Amino acid sequence: MKDEETIRSEFPILDKEVNGKSLVYFDNAATTQKPKAVINRISNFLSEENANIHRGVHHLSMNATKAYDEARSCVAKFINAESDNEIIFVRGATEAINLVANSFGKNLLDTGDEILVTEMEHHANIVPWQLIANKTGAKVIPIAITDDGEIDLKDFEAKINERTKMAAFVHVSNALGTVNPAKEMIHKLKSKNIPVLLDGAQAVGHQAVNVQELGCDFYVFSSHKLFGPDGMGVLYGKHNLLSKMPPYQGGGDMIEVVSFEGTTFREPPERFEAGTPNISGAVGLKEAINYVNELGWENIEKIESSLLNYATEKLSSIPSLKIIGKAKRKVPVLSFTMESAHPHDVATILDSKGIAVRAGHHCAQPLMKRLGVSATTRASMSFYNKVDEIDQLDEALKYVSKIFGD
Amino acid sequence: MEDLSDLYQEIILSHNKRPRNSDPLDPSTGQADGNNPLCGDKLTVHVRNTESLLEAVSCDTDGCAISRASGSIMTTMVEGKLITEVERLIEETKLLLTGEDEPEVDLVQQGDMAALIGVRKFPARIKCATLAWHALEAALRGNDEASTE
Ligand SMILES: Cc1ncc(COP(=O)(O)O)c(C=O)c1O
Repeated sequence: MKDEETIRSEFPILDKEVNGKSLVYFDNAATTQKPKAVINRISNFLSEENANIHRGVHHLSMNATKAYDEARSCVAKFINAESDNEIIFVRGATEAINLVANSFGKNLLDTGDEILVTEMEHHANIVPWQLIANKTGAKVIPIAITDDGEIDLKDFEAKINERTKMAAFVHVSNALGTVNPAKEMIHKLKSKNIPVLLDGAQAVGHQAVNVQELGCDFYVFSSHKLFGPDGMGVLYGKHNLLSKMPPYQGGGDMIEVVSFEGTTFREPPERFEAGTPNISGAVGLKEAINYVNELGWENIEKIESSLLNYATEKLSSIPSLKIIGKAKRKVPVLSFTMESAHPHDVATILDSKGIAVRAGHHCAQPLMKRLGVSATTRASMSFYNKVDEIDQLDEALKYVSKIFGD
Repeated sequence: MEDLSDLYQEIILSHNKRPRNSDPLDPSTGQADGNNPLCGDKLTVHVRNTESLLEAVSCDTDGCAISRASGSIMTTMVEGKLITEVERLIEETKLLLTGEDEPEVDLVQQGDMAALIGVRKFPARIKCATLAWHALEAALRGNDEASTE
């Protein structure tokens, strides 16, 4: 097992100074930092190996195609998909959900049908469903959550009925850190033959994901929250569903034969990857997965759960601070409010101490409304954070209290 | 950090704690909501005015210290002023907060608003300070919404 300093030295940005202080990066739920291995791999690909894929018989193109295909295999293994063809490369979690809502949802849904989501969704897992609901006459139905920020399982069961045609919910909440009992929920939904999409944007950076064990039909995530490059993401879909779905976008690479009389489309995954994809992104994502695999989930979870426990204890002892989201199972994300200081003021003051946090509604306005807050401050950690940094956060928050006279 | 104490001066903190004229004006002749979609700051400005005079104004803010203080200070600056004067103040304040050049602060003219000048060093927060002023402008023009985006 690598020690803390070794891990940190592998992420160049962690050495940076911000506002004259060494950077404390607690905005990992927004995007994670990149290890040198990923940066070097992308740089190397662009300087030594760059070519378009699937189009050339020349050396570089064949090698780039191979690298791209290997990235697909790597992702398939990473989430334990049954086959590589179940992995579609997209721009990110958002695009993946839009793809499913449009290509799968549009044919599936009809007037009066219901799409189940939860009150803790990111806007990315609300708005695409609303758009498709508007087109089809279906309705988006939110499952209630508890005051602690867990899914209300009674309400979940109560909301399932014969009109429920689709369910889409978050594996791990970006705003609260809650890890949802996805497997149990999926089991229940599948027993009624309801297709399920799981939004894994915040899960993949913190824990092992096994789509076959979860039993979901679709799983989505973004590479940039998994220590990989941005503009790159993954849609996993069960082959029997993908093979029946119409294309989402048209263009090159996704066709068999094009004529003005009619065009035939390739099988998945190519059917859903119109145009030149993010080749360097795929190569970078593969390297990020290699990095995480090498570190090992057991080690990552051990570091992160001790960070979470320490931070929860520290922040709980600040009298004017209230932690929002007290689920029993959480990733190291702490959302909180303070008595007199608004989250934006908190974030500005923390920034002046070199501490990067996010303030606002975290793209989860319905959740904020449900919890009766307009915004929170969120400190989201990763395995490269350290206890010292939590102490600095604690100090800085006490300074906020002082300025605001809490 | 010096810039930080420029931002969170006593005047700002005091307006934040006890915003002036925050009870929605009733009756009023116009109102506008201000929304900052990026950060979720929300406020409502009510005005009671004739063609030439802004008799009364209120600003009710759900947001950060900067937006609350800016709205509160605004109400104290524009109440009872001629509309032409209010319009001039709106323009001057926008310039003060967002103008390219470092402004010369006429402390008498700008009153407590000068305290908000520290926001210029915090680009992420400038919209917090201008939101109430955009809403006031919208309320006077009969629009019911102002946005910083
Ligand atoms: C839970 C969740 N879902 C979806 C997304 C959207 O991800 P992206 O913006 O990378 O498409 C995010 C990003 O913040 C998220 O946290």
